[in-house]
Order: sequence, then structure tokens, then C-alpha cells
Amino acid sequence: MKSTFSTLMRKTLMALTGLFLCFFLVIHLLGNLQLLLPAVQAKESFNGYSQLLSGNIFIKIISYVLYTSLIVHCLDALVITLKNRKTAGKYAVDQRGASSKWYSRNMGILGTLILIFLVFHFKDFWYQYKFGALPTDEYGHKDLYTIVIAAYQDWWYVLFYVLSMFALGYHLLHGFFSAARSLGVYHPKYVSWIRIFGRGYSYAITAGFAIIPIYIYLTQHVSWN
Amino acid sequence: MKINLKIWRQTDAGSPGRLVDYELDHVIPHMSFLEMMDTLNEQLILSGDRPVEFDHDCREGICGQCGMMINGRAHGPIPHLTTCQLHMREFKDGDTIYVEPFRGKGFPVKRDLRVDRSAFDRIIMAGGFISVNTGQAPEANGIPVSHEHAESAFDSAACIGCGACVATCKNSSAALFTSAKIAHLAKLPQGKIESRKRVLSMVEQMDIEAFGHCTNTEACEVECPQDISVLNIARMNWEYTLSKVLK
Repeated sequence: MKSTFSTLMRKTLMALTGLFLCFFLVIHLLGNLQLLLPAVQAKESFNGYSQLLSGNIFIKIISYVLYTSLIVHCLDALVITLKNRKTAGKYAVDQRGASSKWYSRNMGILGTLILIFLVFHFKDFWYQYKFGALPTDEYGHKDLYTIVIAAYQDWWYVLFYVLSMFALGYHLLHGFFSAARSLGVYHPKYVSWIRIFGRGYSYAITAGFAIIPIYIYLTQHVSWN
Repeated sequence: MKINLKIWRQTDAGSPGRLVDYELDHVIPHMSFLEMMDTLNEQLILSGDRPVEFDHDCREGICGQCGMMINGRAHGPIPHLTTCQLHMREFKDGDTIYVEPFRGKGFPVKRDLRVDRSAFDRIIMAGGFISVNTGQAPEANGIPVSHEHAESAFDSAACIGCGACVATCKNSSAALFTSAKIAHLAKLPQGKIESRKRVLSMVEQMDIEAFGHCTNTEACEVECPQDISVLNIARMNWEYTLSKVLK
């Protein structure tokens, strides 16, 4: 069963692509936080920011690295999962779950949920922005803001987003520290720092992305006066 | 105590196995799990049946020979314990206990609870050694090793190769075993010399033996009778990437 890629190389690839996606999430969240600004300001700021990103050649290159990372991360995960399925032992009575965290054992399922979310996410925003006929705002920028606000009018859509963010959160909770392991961070001091940082990072990303649709839904549906 | 047992019986590697029910009376709580199995086997021999085959040797928790999945957990319900060190006082009168062999593609069942773990030997043969001329033992302090390094290397070397890491891993990965051997030698000056070559050949052998990918669930560390740290795996990953890049 000698193959060009070793089990360790496949895991290194998962770690590298995963960490790049982790880095992207930070930038994505920072951009999205503009949606929490007062409506008029948020619209101007968010649309302007979107325009800035779409016009920048540097961002374009990064975006291709991002698409590649995403595809490679998924395909590599598929290969690893299928190969693991072949090697894994099966038991009539299985209580092995007692010795590890549930989310660490279900990264494939969590990842699939995130992928399903991404299909909708890309269709509703990315595709709209790239190929859809978007109206422009008063500054001549494509009005992505209005599209975003319109999307979060339905409670089920908001719920779908929030639940997807929890799937992402658990995926990150294992993924971030696991990536550091796969890349070979073995010094106990840094290992514990990475665990703490990874936990904080996962909570922040989950909370940050989940708050936005909830905030928009509430500001549109609840009268605050 | 009366114990109901459901034990995996399989004639040989090629034939299918199944769980067979046994009842065992007069089990003393102070018996070790293996003594309970001995008692069952005595009963089977007296009634003319084939006794249940299982691996065992020292029965002191240090040889790594014994290994069973007891109620779905490697070496039973208590973390960091070998099967021989598990006692019947951990179970209640009337309990039903499921006993299966360690499983994984790299660990084919030979008969009943006996498993072929020679894949581990072949991983060691691929590089788990240092190349020195044998002869008279060299002066112990000829090569200075700090106390911390010696202790750390010894922690890795404590692996007894029982295979609980593979058995408990959802992917049947042998990363903990292989990495403990790699890290043990990489931490010492005598082993460092060949560390690049060693990690590449041992990982290659590990993959040839059809063990799965390590997905860092850390279940192996919990079940390991010697409490071998998962950081050995990180160390192996580091050594491996370095060796691949600098090869």
C-alpha cells in the first residue's frame, strides 16, 4: 500500500489549507463587522469595502489561493476519510467515544455541513456580487448591503446561518489545534498556548459570524423605541 | 459474582467470527480480568470445548502482550491500564461483559482474541534502532545527556507496544506507537545521527502496514497503559516534515 503521499503528508496538507482558511475567516469577519454599524453608515462602508476588495489585484490573487485551499481541503479530507474507512477496525460494542471529544471524531460531518452552508453562501452573495445584476448605491458601488439585509429577513435563514456557524465553531475548535499538531508543534509550552488561542479564536469567529444575521434580523423586525 | 460474557470466537484469520455467550459463576472480585478468563477456560476445557485464546505474558502490566476490547474500550473501562491489571471488582454481579480482539486492518485476528501485531515489529525493523558496533558496553557518561532529555526520552521509550492506541483510534492509526519510538531516539544524541532517515522509513513502513491517518482525537493517550503523550506524534510530524524538506 505504498503511495506517493504518506498519511503524514496528507495531514500536513489539511493543516496548511485549513490554517489559510482560518486566516481568511478573520479577514472576512473583520469586513463583515461593518454590518453592525448604523444602517446608513453600514451601507456606505460595507459597499465601499466590497468594491475595494473586488478591484484589487492582490486580493484577486489571494482569492484564487482561497478557492484552491477550499477545494484541496475538501478533496484531501475525502481521500483521508475514505482511506481511514478502509483501515479502521469495527467493533460489535463500541464505547471508544468515551476517550475523545465528539467533535474531534466528526470533523468530516461538521465539514460537510459547512460545505452545504457554503453552497448557499456562495449562491446568495458571492455569485450575486460577481455575476448577478446588482443595483448600485448613491456612490456607484454595487449594493451588496441591501442584498445582505434582504437575505436575513427570514427567521429560518437566520437560524440556518447560526447553526452553520456552530458547525464551523466546533470544526475550528478541533481543527485549529489539530493543524498545529500536524505541522509538528510539540513543545509543551507552545502546545498549551495554541490550545488556549485556538479556543479563543473559535469562540470569537463563531460568535462574530453568528451575531451579524441575528443583529440584522432583530433590527429589521423589532421596534426598539 | 456471576458474570455473563459475550466473547469473540474465531477459528482462524480466514474464517468469520461471532460473539458467543458464556456464563461464569463464582468470580472473585480480586481476580484480574485474565484470571477470570483462565477460570472460564478451565471450565471450557473440562466440558471438552476449545478454550478462548488470548495473548498474555508478564501479567504485571509491563510487557504489552495482553490486549482486549472490553465493553468497547481498549483494555477495559479504566484509562491507562493493561488488561491484566484490570480487576473484576470494576464489574458488578450479573454484568454482561463484551470481549473482542483489538481490531484494525494492520492487526489481523489470528484466533479468538489473539491478534497479529507483528506490523509493529516491522515498523521497528524499518528504523527503530541505532547503528553501532556491538561489543563491550561503552562508558555510560561518555556522551553527556542532560537529565531532562534523558527523562523525556525515557517517557517515550516507556511504550510497551500493546497496540491499545491502534485499537482505540477511530482510524486505527499507529501514530502514537511509531512516534514514541521515533521521538525516543530523536531525543538522544546517539539516536539523533540517523533521525532523518529513521523517521522517513518508519513512517513509510507504518503506511505500508495499513494503519490509518492520525486525526488528533487524542483517544490513544487516554487508553495508553504507559500514558505516552500525544506530543510524541507532533514531534514525529515535525521530524518528518523537516526530513522530507531537507532530504
